Amino acid sequence: MRKGELTTAGLLALFSLYLMWKSMELPVGYIRGEGPGGGAWPFWLSLIMLLSCGMIALNWWRGKSPASRSDEPLLDGYGWRTLFLVGGGIIGFVALVNVVSMYGAVAVFLLYYLRFLGRHGWPLTLAISLLTPLGMFFFFEGAMQITMPQGMAFTAPVFDVLYEIIY
Amino acid sequence: MEVLGFLADGILMALEPLNLMLILIGVSVGLFIGAMPGLGSVNGVAILLPVTFLVPPGSAIIFLAAIYYGAMYGGAISSVTLGIPGASTAVATTFDGRPLALQGRASLALVTAAIASFIGGSVANVLFTLFAPVLATLALSFGPPEIFALMLLAFATFVGLGGDDIAKTVFSICFGLVLASVGYDQISGAPRLVLLDISGFLHGIGFLVLAIGVYGIGEMLWTIEQTRGEVTTTTPRMTVSGMLADTKEALARGWKGTTIGSFLGFFVGVLPAAGATPGSLMSYGVAKMVSRAPETYGRGNPDGVAAPEAANNSASTGAMLPMLTLGIPGSPTTAILLGGMVIWGLVPGPRLFTTETEFVWGLIGSFYVSNLAALIINLAFIPLFVWMLRMPFTILAPMIFVLSITGGYAATRDMHDIWLIVIFGLGAFFLRKFDYPLAPAVLAIVLGPIAEPTLRQSLLLSSGDPSIFFTRPIAGPITVIALILIFLPALKYLRRRKPAAAE
Repeated sequence: MRKGELTTAGLLALFSLYLMWKSMELPVGYIRGEGPGGGAWPFWLSLIMLLSCGMIALNWWRGKSPASRSDEPLLDGYGWRTLFLVGGGIIGFVALVNVVSMYGAVAVFLLYYLRFLGRHGWPLTLAISLLTPLGMFFFFEGAMQITMPQGMAFTAPVFDVLYEIIY
Repeated sequence: MEVLGFLADGILMALEPLNLMLILIGVSVGLFIGAMPGLGSVNGVAILLPVTFLVPPGSAIIFLAAIYYGAMYGGAISSVTLGIPGASTAVATTFDGRPLALQGRASLALVTAAIASFIGGSVANVLFTLFAPVLATLALSFGPPEIFALMLLAFATFVGLGGDDIAKTVFSICFGLVLASVGYDQISGAPRLVLLDISGFLHGIGFLVLAIGVYGIGEMLWTIEQTRGEVTTTTPRMTVSGMLADTKEALARGWKGTTIGSFLGFFVGVLPAAGATPGSLMSYGVAKMVSRAPETYGRGNPDGVAAPEAANNSASTGAMLPMLTLGIPGSPTTAILLGGMVIWGLVPGPRLFTTETEFVWGLIGSFYVSNLAALIINLAFIPLFVWMLRMPFTILAPMIFVLSITGGYAATRDMHDIWLIVIFGLGAFFLRKFDYPLAPAVLAIVLGPIAEPTLRQSLLLSSGDPSIFFTRPIAGPITVIALILIFLPALKYLRRRKPAAAE
């Protein structure tokens, strides 16, 4: 945790510097007759972010924050595994949206989570994984008239049937 | 007395069978739309606007106002049960509502939210009825310096919300404000902070993208990692006597927050550029500040639920005031309501109260009836919402992830934003590990688009002289109070150090 806190502060300081540099694409000073330039607001805020990172590093050096006094690892084996399986599952879910449609990705994600992470039985897993995207389809497309991504062309026949029901 | 006569006529009009039916449907629809992360009153009102052409204008506005009311009540439901603020107005409700739910007191949190919302709405209705024209004139005297001073006051309360590490809180506030400035410069129209030159950043970063990332993904990952996947909440009370006991407890432990939220929320809501979000946040901050046990805030204090909920309902009614009396919408939802009124052939403005008396008082009457209907319908549905929490966490967690992604897409309709939600979620998980407070960033991204233009307009007015924030009669005191609040933690720290040094 100790090393992690300083590394995080360092990365955030670099990010603040990047934001300052990016803000300077527009004027950051006061322009007579126009007021503060377009880059002024993000530039000065990014500078405050940078100074805050300096303060965080100082507090770390003085051992003021709980993390700076902790010798525990940032994440243990369970933590990394959770992050990989759950976080990775979410990334996979979003990556699948443009392939199998939003509803298809919801079904695949629920199947993965309920069966493999939650260890629920097949009947419950299949019921939730199929009924949830179906219910969502009628809510979003029918009631709210919000069109979700429909993925690649091979999903079209399924959507044709579902739209037939709505309209 | 004349006002009371008009009000009685208005309430009778709202109680006509067609209007009463529209109120009940509107409140129920609004409640469920408001409870969905990513959807709020603005979606409900916008989608159902065409339906209103089937009924007379008076009934139409009553229907839309009922949806607006229902959605305001519904916002608290996702904050408490899922830990995701469905709308910016319900962010502060998450701070204490979610801890109460995790302690098995979701029913108490939801009952407190419902009662506080009802009282907040009722206080606002009375103030609206009695002082509409006077308050509209007062609101007009708020120019850019006054609005910026108010924003500064809101940021000052963040410092109090952020916990002990001031540097991390300040970082979080500035981070949220910088994210809000991504996209286009509002004044010159030039592209600004297009990160890594990715064109998706040109349309900016919305509040919901950060909020869903932080609360829907980051917070959930953190909860799963901390609890080893075994989240336990005690079985919530579902009986009538349990609900009555919760009601009693909500009144006893949430009255202070309700009172603060009801009045403060209304006055902030009346201001054209402010609205319910700063109102709810400031009420939470003030309730915490005046509390005898501020350390209990953020750990499941009913006052912490009552203050923002009373405030956001009160402010929603307040936001109707500039819309009706001046024709200035105070929020996106009131902007759509205003559009509807124009389509129905009504001209909002000071003369509306004299030329369309029946319409105006019918609407005001419907506020009273909608508020009561929303309370009853909300209380009736609480067992259903609490039941959701009895689901095993291995079912609830993926459902929350799915709602976060689909709700996020429904709000922004852009896959770029969905990837941002995932990145913010993973980033929030690590920042949470190092005790970075993230709520101030979420609230700052909401207030940033109000704060920046008002600061720039003020400095333009004063030719770059910042004393404009101190010399104007309304802006001056607000700025001074804000600065005192900002520097209060530093002063406390110095006072603590002095005796230590003496020893």
